[in-house]
Amino acid sequence: MSQQLVERLQREFGDRILAATGMHGDESVTVSRQDLPLVLAHLRDQEGCEQLSDIVGVDHPERAARFEVVYLLRSYSKRHRIQVSVDAPEDEPVPTACGLYRSANWHEREVYDLFGIPFSGHPDLRRILCHHQFEGHALRKDYPIEQGQECTRPENLFSDEDIAHAARRANEMSSSPGAVVDELHPSDLLTINLGPSHPATHGALRAECLLDGETILDARTEIGYIHRCFEKEAEDHTWAQVMPYTDRLNYCSAMLNNSIYAMAVEKMFGVEATPRAQAIRVIVSELSRIIDHLVCVCTNLVDLGALTNYWYLYNVRESIYQSLEKLCGSRLTTNYARIGGMSHDLYDGFEDEIRVKLQELEQGVTDVTKLVARNRIFLDRTVGVGAISTADALNWGYTGPCLRATGLAWDLRKEAPYSGYDQYEFDIPTGTNGDTQDRIMVRMAEMVQSRRIIEQVLQKIPGGPVDLDDPRMVLPPKAQVYGSIEGVMNQFKLIFEGIQVPAGRGYGFGEGANGELGFYCISDGTGHPYRMKVRPPCFPIFSSFTSLVQGRMLPDAIATLGSLNIIAGELDR
Amino acid sequence: MAVDLEQPSNFITTRLRQAVNWGRKYSLWPLPFGVACCAIEFMSTVSSYNDISRFGAELVRFSPRQSDLMIIAGTISYKQAPVLKTIYAQMAEPKWVIAMGVCASSGGFYNNYSTLQGADHVIPVDMYVAGCPPTPENLLHSLVLIQEQVEKEGLVPSTVRHPDRVGA
Ligand code: SF4
Repeated sequence: MSQQLVERLQREFGDRILAATGMHGDESVTVSRQDLPLVLAHLRDQEGCEQLSDIVGVDHPERAARFEVVYLLRSYSKRHRIQVSVDAPEDEPVPTACGLYRSANWHEREVYDLFGIPFSGHPDLRRILCHHQFEGHALRKDYPIEQGQECTRPENLFSDEDIAHAARRANEMSSSPGAVVDELHPSDLLTINLGPSHPATHGALRAECLLDGETILDARTEIGYIHRCFEKEAEDHTWAQVMPYTDRLNYCSAMLNNSIYAMAVEKMFGVEATPRAQAIRVIVSELSRIIDHLVCVCTNLVDLGALTNYWYLYNVRESIYQSLEKLCGSRLTTNYARIGGMSHDLYDGFEDEIRVKLQELEQGVTDVTKLVARNRIFLDRTVGVGAISTADALNWGYTGPCLRATGLAWDLRKEAPYSGYDQYEFDIPTGTNGDTQDRIMVRMAEMVQSRRIIEQVLQKIPGGPVDLDDPRMVLPPKAQVYGSIEGVMNQFKLIFEGIQVPAGRGYGFGEGANGELGFYCISDGTGHPYRMKVRPPCFPIFSSFTSLVQGRMLPDAIATLGSLNIIAGELDR
Repeated sequence: MAVDLEQPSNFITTRLRQAVNWGRKYSLWPLPFGVACCAIEFMSTVSSYNDISRFGAELVRFSPRQSDLMIIAGTISYKQAPVLKTIYAQMAEPKWVIAMGVCASSGGFYNNYSTLQGADHVIPVDMYVAGCPPTPENLLHSLVLIQEQVEKEGLVPSTVRHPDRVGA
């Protein structure tokens, strides 16, 4: 489908499509910077590309046009996706896409921050991940990875001028003719920091709210507090060494990150994992999804004052963690998948143990549903709070449960099945209003579906090896390493030089716990990734936070924030 | 502490300092400076299965002014450093700090332009807990060790325990 889209574009724009490539099923066209807004507008309006999923910057110091910017677009109505790339010589601005896609705002800021590519017409081109006193651009190839820069003070998000402006605007809005209203003075307004160390942010992020009484006039967000340079670290390590770093992206669902990363690299080789490995990945991924949803729902409910649910659901989570620990030696940071397979097979008795735990889960979910579903306080705090429509959600870059809560039944496990998800039966729970209640309830329902999937896999889990028989990526068995010179060499090369991923690029993605988790990989044929860009699901979602809470009460902001499930590790990478 | 068993009475004799330290030891109020993955394990430690209240430290406070034990759970970035310093300064003496996990202890496996190589570059740390993330048991163990310290030297302010860090 995407191929036909490229042909249509070529017919429409002729020579202005400078190049078209299709590698590993990722169709991509190159256009000039001048034509970019035109092409993007055409794709959005004529070709149904409602979403700009990500913008990737790439540095090629040896080229005349040093940088490249890649736009990943996806159509939900027509079910295709395409990448548009432009070349950008140093210091020459690229026209902004903010007018077309709201998600472009933060993605462009990120590219500006890490590469120093300016975007002309961007409303607020500031750094986003690195701190405000940082100099230079960290993802440029000539920036040394270990060169830290001190930050002496946090940034002030609201200047006195901003506050005065907000007061003026509020006065204008409330002044209806004849009504006697007290004039709002800037000193009546209060700024309150949610974060970076605050119980309701569940991680290091910051939202500064400008309050009139308890009403939020304006909110500004700041992220980057745990920017751990995943992408730079990836360039500094071999492909296999990146795996533990993926654990710490969304640390509530490390297994999902592991599996999707392994899949993305396998895609670069054009291979798929063995049936058994795929089945194992599905089981552990769904367990991970359950844990992630449990954490999100529990903490969200705690913020609303419902502490009991936390005690109930955390026991379930603890019990699943114990199995995961038994399986891979670690509770949170699992590091279980490998490129081309898994680190090892399941242990004996795993299946039965998981079945018991799934029953506990069912019990926990039922208990909590009983406690909250018709609870007056819960409903008052969540219904209609932080609501967003499907069209807006797509434009902001929403994916996953937050998108499904708006009523769109879109799940990559169904739309672009991988790891054999097409063999299993499950439903896609959706909401109707896209508000906090829907987001929580969608997650609750998804846990039940995940359970369904796991039970089906457990019934027909295929036998056979977990690793591919492929010396390019899988370590040889120990008998060969100690018994033959080829084995020794193979092991040595894989460890010291790294897996030689074929040169090229590919975008591997899957349904993460929060939405579309993608890895945009570029390999130059050496053992290290040339560029690795993560598409973190909660990054675009959090960028919409301000618009969700403006004009609402402060407690609504807390309820909304929890239901969006912003995981700082994934947000800042 | 002493109880006179020969002539039972309603009195226990002890020294004031000991009584205070004994009380303080079992009522540490932790402030979780939770920034990353380790914070999730901190949450497990607080939850019903591991139950940190067995050690009297379940009163998790997010206001530094109400807490005396800071648990740094997660990676401290350069951007976060001034915030950490401010929050630590807002805690009243005597106060203790646990660096939970390798990130807070030394930067862990993040040796890069954004990650501070250990929280002790900005504030004094009393206890380092190994692990990435440390298991809840491991964290509880460190809590017990801190309690021992508290019992011994309860009212000694952190500036005396870490003379080299005064004014840092
Ligand atoms: S020590 Fe490990 S688990 Fe803890 S914050 Fe650092 S990376 Fe995460």
